[in-house]
Amino acid sequence: MKLDLSLYDKIFENRVRLQIMSVLAANKEYDFNSLKELLDVTDGNLASNLKTLEKEEYIIVEKSFVDRKPNTKYKRTSKGLKAFENHLIALENLIKHQYK
Amino acid sequence: MEQKDLFRELGQIRALMEKSSKFVSISGLSGVLIGCYALIGTGVGSYIISSTTTSMDQVVGNMSVLFLFIVLAISILVLSLLTGWLMARKKAKKNNQPIWNITSKSLLFAVSIPLVTGGVLALMLTAQGHYHMIAAMLLIFYGLALTAGSIYTFTEVKWLGIFEICLGLVAVYSPNQGLLLWGLGFGVLHVVYGFIVYKKYES
Repeated sequence: MKLDLSLYDKIFENRVRLQIMSVLAANKEYDFNSLKELLDVTDGNLASNLKTLEKEEYIIVEKSFVDRKPNTKYKRTSKGLKAFENHLIALENLIKHQYK
Repeated sequence: MEQKDLFRELGQIRALMEKSSKFVSISGLSGVLIGCYALIGTGVGSYIISSTTTSMDQVVGNMSVLFLFIVLAISILVLSLLTGWLMARKKAKKNNQPIWNITSKSLLFAVSIPLVTGGVLALMLTAQGHYHMIAAMLLIFYGLALTAGSIYTFTEVKWLGIFEICLGLVAVYSPNQGLLLWGLGFGVLHVVYGFIVYKKYES
């Protein structure tokens, strides 16, 4: 059987991006600071990877203010969730393929 | 990619999804302690009953004894909340997880709706003189609060909630056993639950 890699998503080859998407798949929304704490990454690293996901329309950004401090929240889009699920299926298929 | 790397990758995704959506800093030992407070409270309560009157019906007729009961219940509640909060804060510090994050807020919100409803209902029942239903209602609504909050924390909390609801329903059926069922629900169940969580996740 030939391995089908059409579901594999190059965007998620980056670890931080895959982690961000995992968090946003499990939660309705997540804010920048909580993501930073959870993933233990620098501001710049997190911001640039969020930007990439936003450009792909995998996530949407909501900017607001809480007590005059900026509070940025991120949500998955249905496109992003689909891509994430497909990527997981691709990883599972890869495992199954290697078993043979 | 190697197969074991893939397995690890999938495992890490799963762990991250769980960690981001579950608040795991609730201390098992605090559950044991809270259960002990409740057991002591139940003991003191039954001592008050046996030394002053013969049945729960007479307790509610006696204003000073009723007052003593309310003070006892509230002090146990305050002590339990304080213990739970302080020990969660300590565990969160150890886990490097903030105690006040998205998950703990969602947890608090989910728990507070059934809990506040139950509290208001209990006050209304008190005002109308239906004292015999209070133990049952508090057990049931506390159980509902736990099951509602359990999606944001350990799965064991769901089972604790279900058992509390069952005890509450038994208490509806035999209201004279209210104090005993309270001791079982808030005392024994908390000790057992706390011990299981402690064994499974903390030791």
